[in-house]
Parts: sequence; structure tokens; C-alpha cells
Amino acid sequence: MGDFTEDQIYRYARHIILPEVGGTGQRKLLDAGVLVVGAGGLGSPVALYLAAAGIGRIGLVDHDEVDLTNLQRQILHATADVGRPKIDSGAETIRAMNPDVDVVTFDERLDSSNALATLQGFDVVVDGSDNFPTRYLLNDACYLASKPLVTGAIFRFEGQVTTFDRSRAESPCYRCLFPTPPAPGTVPNCEQAGVFGALAGTIGTIQATEVIKLVCGIGTPLVGFLLLYDALEIRFNRVRVKRDEACPLCGTSPEISELIDYEEFCGR
Amino acid sequence: MTVVVKIPTVLRKHTDGNATIEAHGTNVKELIHDIVRQYPDFKDRVLSDDGQLHRFINVYANDEDVRYLEGVDTKVTDGDTVAILPAVAGG
Repeated sequence: MGDFTEDQIYRYARHIILPEVGGTGQRKLLDAGVLVVGAGGLGSPVALYLAAAGIGRIGLVDHDEVDLTNLQRQILHATADVGRPKIDSGAETIRAMNPDVDVVTFDERLDSSNALATLQGFDVVVDGSDNFPTRYLLNDACYLASKPLVTGAIFRFEGQVTTFDRSRAESPCYRCLFPTPPAPGTVPNCEQAGVFGALAGTIGTIQATEVIKLVCGIGTPLVGFLLLYDALEIRFNRVRVKRDEACPLCGTSPEISELIDYEEFCGR
Repeated sequence: MTVVVKIPTVLRKHTDGNATIEAHGTNVKELIHDIVRQYPDFKDRVLSDDGQLHRFINVYANDEDVRYLEGVDTKVTDGDTVAILPAVAGG
């Protein structure tokens, strides 16, 4: 236990006492870097639980400011933060929760020019973004850079979550799951259709669970399965997601070898 | 065959708000056509012009993606569970 300060031994005591985590797992968490893309509905619970768990370095990517309509679900931010950049408000909340965490902020919208550089130095990436272009971009970037990606999405009362990890032979990628993005105007966004606030907590907390397991190397990640959650019925379901041999990114004859910028077309 | 098809919230405005629909058919294509017969607006939401599923809409027969079975020709039988799942991007 020589690696921990006295405060850390107390702060992480309930983790350290778990045989599956222990001092070794807690040390891995403190040494890990996790990039959270989107400091919104999903990014909020993800970042809070990762901070509480003592993830040593948390990257927050967002280019928006806190809006009053965000506060029904985006628990990184408070009323007094309306109008502030989300990364500033989020970083402050994380630091207040756990000073062990080194918060790195990226005031940017990910695109093909900055995605790979932003990912650099992080061990796991979390997708809590609110649009399809970022989801495809992040999938491709994580695959090309061989970073595990824990992806979640929410809409009205339903959520989806899964993990992609190139280091596992059977792992699909987002393009295996949904080969092409929806056409413009075919999918409404949360602004138009609404989203149930606590749903973000459920899905984001599952994403945080996946990250912590991946870092500690325990349990079985959701690789190869898409977990579906229906908040109205409180019903979970898992469906299989297979690696597609014809996938243009991770298939046997890949066509995508560099990042693509999709138009702002839908979803946001 | 009568199969209960689960409709995701994003598509329910095209099914009069119904979360599940009883559809008749022996394969996925027939089920979808039966839903379209009941709710004509549904067609463009799930099928492309060539009659295939949109690539951002997945259909699961008993939790298996039909793209890895026989696509829209995947057979269904009484008691099977069929679920339609679109990509969503909210965060």
C-alpha cells in the first residue's frame, strides 16, 4: 500500500477491499487516462463516477456552453454555470469531487483534423456525444489508434450502450452495428423529441462501469453485445453485435484508412 | 404466423404510438409489409427504395441481427420476438 497516501487509502477503501479491485486495481485507476467526449447528459455521470473512482487523468471534450435546458440531466453543471463553457464547469465539478484527478479540457468539436491528437495519451475513450458525425469519427479514430471505446446513446426513454475494443479479436465496431449514418432529416434529435433526464444517469453509469472494468481488467465487457434499456418499462435487453467481415473499417478488406468528416446532417 | 414486433420510441409516431404491433408473415419482409399495410407511413422509415432495410435500422429476430441471418428473408415463427432498432445519437 506504499503507493497510496493516507487520504487515498481512506478515499478508495471500499474499492481496495474488493478482491477484484484491490490495491492493484486502484493503482491502475489512478494511473489511467480516460477521454470523455461530450460533457452533457452521458458525459456528466461518466465523468463523475470516473472522478469518484480515482481515474488519474480525465479528458473532457466539449465546445458548448451550459444552457438552462441542459440542467434537467447534465449533472456536471449547476444553475450558476448557465452560460459558461461546459468544459470549465465540468472540470470544476470534477476537481471539487476528487483532487486526485488531473482534468484536461479540450474546447473543441472533434473533426478529422484534431481527433487522433486528442485521443493521444488516453487509455480508454467514452462516447457521450450528441450527433452522428462525432460518433462515426470517434469510432474510426479509436479503431485506427487501437483505443477501447465505450459508447452510449439516449433518445426519449431508450438507451443503447456497448464497448468496442480492437484488441479483442471478436470485437465489432460502430460501423458493423450501423453501417451508414441516417439520411438528413430522418432522425429527430433530443431537442426536438425530448429525453428523460434520469435515463442519462442509467446509461452513463453503465458506461463508467465498463471503463472501470476495462482499466482494472475485471469482469466481461459488453464487447459483441448491445445493451438496450427501456426506462418506461424498466427493461434491459442484450442483442448480439457481430464483427462484419465486409465492414469498411474493421473488415477483411478495409476501405477506410483515414478519418472522414461527415456533414452536420441529422441527430443534431 | 403472428409475431409481436417491438417498435422503438423514435418510430412510434408512425404507428399511432403503439410500442408493439402484431404482424403476420413467415419472414421479416412479410412482417414489415404487414406493418406497412397497417401504417403506410412506416415504410420509408425502415425500407430503402430497393426494398432492403435502411443501413441505420437493425432488425433483431430473437436478439440476433437479421443481417447476419438471412436479412429480410429471415424466417419467423409463432412466438418469435422481433425488434426494430434504429441508430440514435443523443447524449
